Amino acid sequence: MSDVADIVLESFVLLRVGAQRFALRAEHITELIAPSRVFRFPNHTPELEGVILRRGRIIPVCDVSESLVGKKMTLRRFYLIAVRRFGAQKESIAIPISGDCELISAEMTSRSESDSSHVGGWLSHGGDVIEILNLEALTPGPPAARMASAAYANAEVRA
Amino acid sequence: MQPSPANKARTPRAEQIILFRVGGQLFAISSASVQEVRSVDSLTGTTQDIAQSTVRKVRHTIRRGDTTHYVVNGTIHFGLQAAAASLIFFLRHTPTALLIDGIEKMTTMTYLQALPQAFCHEERGWYRGLTALDQTVVPVVRPEGFLSVEELTLLDNLLQAELHNEQHSSSGETDSQ
Repeated sequence: MSDVADIVLESFVLLRVGAQRFALRAEHITELIAPSRVFRFPNHTPELEGVILRRGRIIPVCDVSESLVGKKMTLRRFYLIAVRRFGAQKESIAIPISGDCELISAEMTSRSESDSSHVGGWLSHGGDVIEILNLEALTPGPPAARMASAAYANAEVRA
Repeated sequence: MQPSPANKARTPRAEQIILFRVGGQLFAISSASVQEVRSVDSLTGTTQDIAQSTVRKVRHTIRRGDTTHYVVNGTIHFGLQAAAASLIFFLRHTPTALLIDGIEKMTTMTYLQALPQAFCHEERGWYRGLTALDQTVVPVVRPEGFLSVEELTLLDNLLQAELHNEQHSSSGETDSQ
């Protein structure tokens, strides 16, 4: 019998918003692109800036900087195109970020009850403790889909 | 040679649309949803004020045949800067007449993408979806989205009450003569 616990390494993408680093599961990232024209039209979802056109697809742009670091990002170097779940459906969402990304393997520590809803877990990298983002809680969506996605995300974490 | 059914299925379905502006913002609507386009000037004297409208975007009605159309101010509906309307769309299958700045052009869309689910408020009722035309994204409006069932009920009740008051006051005048 071994006393050593199994270490499960997972792939994450480290991203920079303002001066802080955050992580997203690598499987949720589609691509990293240069900022392009944002098309705006009337709506009542203030978290969304508008949409971009990417390879014939229309993708909403969600600036998460205010939620994560408390102020709007002044420098945008890339849009991270991520996959966001809405219940059983998946859709792309563009997240402006302010620095290069890095693909790493790390062990995830589960979130605790006291963590903010957008925290899906934690990882340790280069001496820093980094939040793993839960896109379903961080970006807007219909309440029903948000609840279903959160349940799915929790089940995924448990698994 | 006959095209195979698979090829047929891939042919995009084209839809005639009208590109128009409200408060300077570009929108699209299916041509089939617009019954008539009139100049605002041509309607002078045919509109009726709604004295105390509880629906801020509707201040007037226009009676056409058997139908009363509620005149919707598009800038208020979409929360845009006020702009002088020059045209009015009479929409099909809804008692809505929409004030617009003007028509940009008529064109064809072959692609309509559902509004991304991240847009999760009133706009879901406003738009059928989004289309890309000449590297620009244009929201395609839903004709029934300008007035909700609740707003229509409020307006119908208001009109009924106004009609009742008019009848009551005219019968009072007749009695006193």
